Amino acid sequence: MAEIQAETRGRLASLADSDLWHSFKGSPVTIASALVALLLVLGALLAPVVAPHNPFDLASLDIMAANLPPVWAEGGDPAYPLGTDDQGRDVLSAILYGARISLLVGFASVLLSILIGVSLGLVSGYVGGRLDAVIMRVADVQLSFPAILIALLIDGAARGLLPRDLHESLALYVLVFAIGFSGWVQYARTVRGATMVESRKEYVQAAQIIGIGPATILRRHILPNVMGPVLVIATIHLAIAIITEATLSFLGVGVPPTSPSLGTLIRFGNEYLFSGQWWISIFPGVVLVLLVLSVNLLGDWLRDALNPRLR
Amino acid sequence: MSLLEIRDLEVQFPTRRGLFVAVAGVTLTVEPGQILGVVGESGAGKSTIGNAVIGLLEPPGQIGGGQVRLDGRRIDDLPDAEKRRIRGRRIGMIFQDPLTSLDPLQTIESQLVETIQIHLGLDLAAARSRAVDLLRQVGIPEPELRVKQYPHQFSGGMRQRVVIALALCAEPEVVIADEPTTALDVSIQAQILDLLRRLCRERSVGMIIITHDMGVIAEVTDRVAVMYRGRVVEEGPTAKILGDPDHAYTRALIGAVPRPDVRLHRFPYVDYIEGLAGKPRATLSLREHWLGRSRDFGQAPGRDGGPLLEIEGLGIRFPMNNAWLPRNRRYLDAVQDVAFSIGEGETFGLVGESGSGKSTIARLITGLYRPSTGRIRFAGTEVSALTRDRDLNPFRRQIQMIFQDPFSSLNPRLRVMDIVAEPIRFHRLAGSRREVETVVRDLLEHVGLGARAAEKFPHEFSGGQRQRICIARALATRPRFLVCDEPTSALDVSIQAQILNLLKDLQDELRLTMLFISHDLPVIRQMCDRVGVMRHGRLLEIAATEDLFERPQHPYTRELLSLMPRFDGLSREGLQVEDSGDAASPSARDLG
Repeated sequence: MAEIQAETRGRLASLADSDLWHSFKGSPVTIASALVALLLVLGALLAPVVAPHNPFDLASLDIMAANLPPVWAEGGDPAYPLGTDDQGRDVLSAILYGARISLLVGFASVLLSILIGVSLGLVSGYVGGRLDAVIMRVADVQLSFPAILIALLIDGAARGLLPRDLHESLALYVLVFAIGFSGWVQYARTVRGATMVESRKEYVQAAQIIGIGPATILRRHILPNVMGPVLVIATIHLAIAIITEATLSFLGVGVPPTSPSLGTLIRFGNEYLFSGQWWISIFPGVVLVLLVLSVNLLGDWLRDALNPRLR
Repeated sequence: MSLLEIRDLEVQFPTRRGLFVAVAGVTLTVEPGQILGVVGESGAGKSTIGNAVIGLLEPPGQIGGGQVRLDGRRIDDLPDAEKRRIRGRRIGMIFQDPLTSLDPLQTIESQLVETIQIHLGLDLAAARSRAVDLLRQVGIPEPELRVKQYPHQFSGGMRQRVVIALALCAEPEVVIADEPTTALDVSIQAQILDLLRRLCRERSVGMIIITHDMGVIAEVTDRVAVMYRGRVVEEGPTAKILGDPDHAYTRALIGAVPRPDVRLHRFPYVDYIEGLAGKPRATLSLREHWLGRSRDFGQAPGRDGGPLLEIEGLGIRFPMNNAWLPRNRRYLDAVQDVAFSIGEGETFGLVGESGSGKSTIARLITGLYRPSTGRIRFAGTEVSALTRDRDLNPFRRQIQMIFQDPFSSLNPRLRVMDIVAEPIRFHRLAGSRREVETVVRDLLEHVGLGARAAEKFPHEFSGGQRQRICIARALATRPRFLVCDEPTSALDVSIQAQILNLLKDLQDELRLTMLFISHDLPVIRQMCDRVGVMRHGRLLEIAATEDLFERPQHPYTRELLSLMPRFDGLSREGLQVEDSGDAASPSARDLG
């Protein structure tokens, strides 16, 4: 046991001593964006605990408290720090619950993209030849459409094919699939290139000489060595996925209005923007910008920190 | 007063983990018309000295103490602007890679003229005629025409001549050449060294040549300084240092250079380096140990005296383009009609230039490529006709390979334990997990790394240590046949000697048969029983090693031998030569 403890302490110590941690400590912007992202993610995860109200509990909604401005404006109510919407829903609580949906869709669709893209990229780069050509031409075709168009297409198709109430309950999955499927190309291309480089290295040949099959070589030898750039793309892609989700929800084709995401909230508030209730739309927008910006900055930092040529 | 004087130089690199002293207490002097060699292995601090002298230390490097004096004046503490004026004007620099030291987008003329004008302030016409003049002096034919050309129109050797012209164009008093011939072929190396020596004499320039190559040192230098871990361990006239060195490290270094003229049983004096001294290699009793036990080579044919590996009419062609129509496809015949056989326990060498098909043969034998024509027979079975994994796996276990580049032949994400255990687990050669781990630790001990290496990752090891891990991995299948593809060409010479000694020891203990591929003739001579010479994918000549070196038949073999570096190591008296027989025969030097 003592040995194992010493081992983990060694790992922690080596993490604290690593170049990555050092470059993290040296960049105030990165620390700030990490804090912001952490705050938003924690707030979203713990929404049921930290939110002052439950915006989806219709019984707790008070129509008398509708359209209240933020607490610092005239007529604000301390019970609703960021004001309320036209049905008396607390904007802060709605944002926390909405960020939950946004982040959920973001992470899930990025994972799906990684799953599709990395597998196709590995196979394409390792096998080569015709299969590689086919996969890459498909990727090229997909790249010639804007990602949002593909997501709209998938969403529209799902809407047309599925019965209405079934679609309602599956909307979240459809959205994840639509966004996830529209983003795999970048992973596939990056991983294909890295796989081609790695598979020519002698450690792969050593494994081939031992007799190890292609599946094991890909999983055990090549995959861990091509994941570095994937992580970087994933961070930046997360921001894009959140934006895409918000865009789709803003357009009204995203998550159902019963579980609004940040994009949905912005759309709701949009109608009240010119009648003076700016807070309904602006606050979700600010949170979206902060979330995307901090994730993007973290991605940029990760890219620079992991790129030995920029050091 | 010397031309260039380096006194007590210390160069430091501050890092997060403390101050790294790259060079300490180095004192060197250079006289006009003299060539000083600085020799040492990678990481010894040779290049750092050169960079410190011309003020081009890579940040965060800094001079921590000592002085550099040019003609009696201190230059190390000058402001940057004045250092720039000295650099190029009074101290010229020649770098290793002629490809990257010239601007590919400018003609040779514009690069020369620019430098001449900056330093000498001549007008354009004068600078141009001087540029042509310089090219003529460094031996470039038709300089009037070639001066208008771009760097890519020159061959490697010609390009290095241009770089030398560039270094000389401002009439510097001192020239520092950092591995000036390392990127060049042997034949061109000799020409460039001649040129440097002549220019140095004619213009009475003081020169420092920084190199890892004892052959270069022997060829051109007047004095030599031997560096080890940032310090000069010995400095003196070249003949004295090379013939009768005082310091143990110098003796180890020179002893490790493979001799072209005599076959030694083992390389002497190699235990000075890499902290292996006083740590005798564990000897295992193979009868009882896993490595020696149940080698289950099935019916084990080959015992009847037939060769273990037979190759007939072997050839492979690679498609050069990807045309849909068969008639548009073009092929490269990487290997054509190669035939040889290797007997049990023998070491067969393949020698040839890069691109001659040596490594392709290694990959054909190990099954990485399938031959287009011909047959590979191993222990009586035609392995090149097998296709199913089930049939192939027993042979994969018996044939293992050691690769050239120890930095890419180990998966950086796996621990050494898993790397070495992989073949054992795959072929189910050990019963329990515990047995696998014991075997891996024994193997690591056996190749001189120690059992504790198992818990580390490859990047924690040096090149030579990584090659030991590769050897341990190759041994883990209890192989019968080992293919070594340039196993030491990426390593320093002392490490090379250790690895070659290790391979010889293992071969003796395990009765391994080896195919040893190298471009390095002295290494081949030390390692092989018989040698095949390859060029352009064809096998030109096969002969016993001694015959090949003493009585080469094919003209190409003679040419190769004549280009072999002329460094014969310590004088005979300084060595206890364990000759493998005919030391009395005429040595290779008579064949040149």
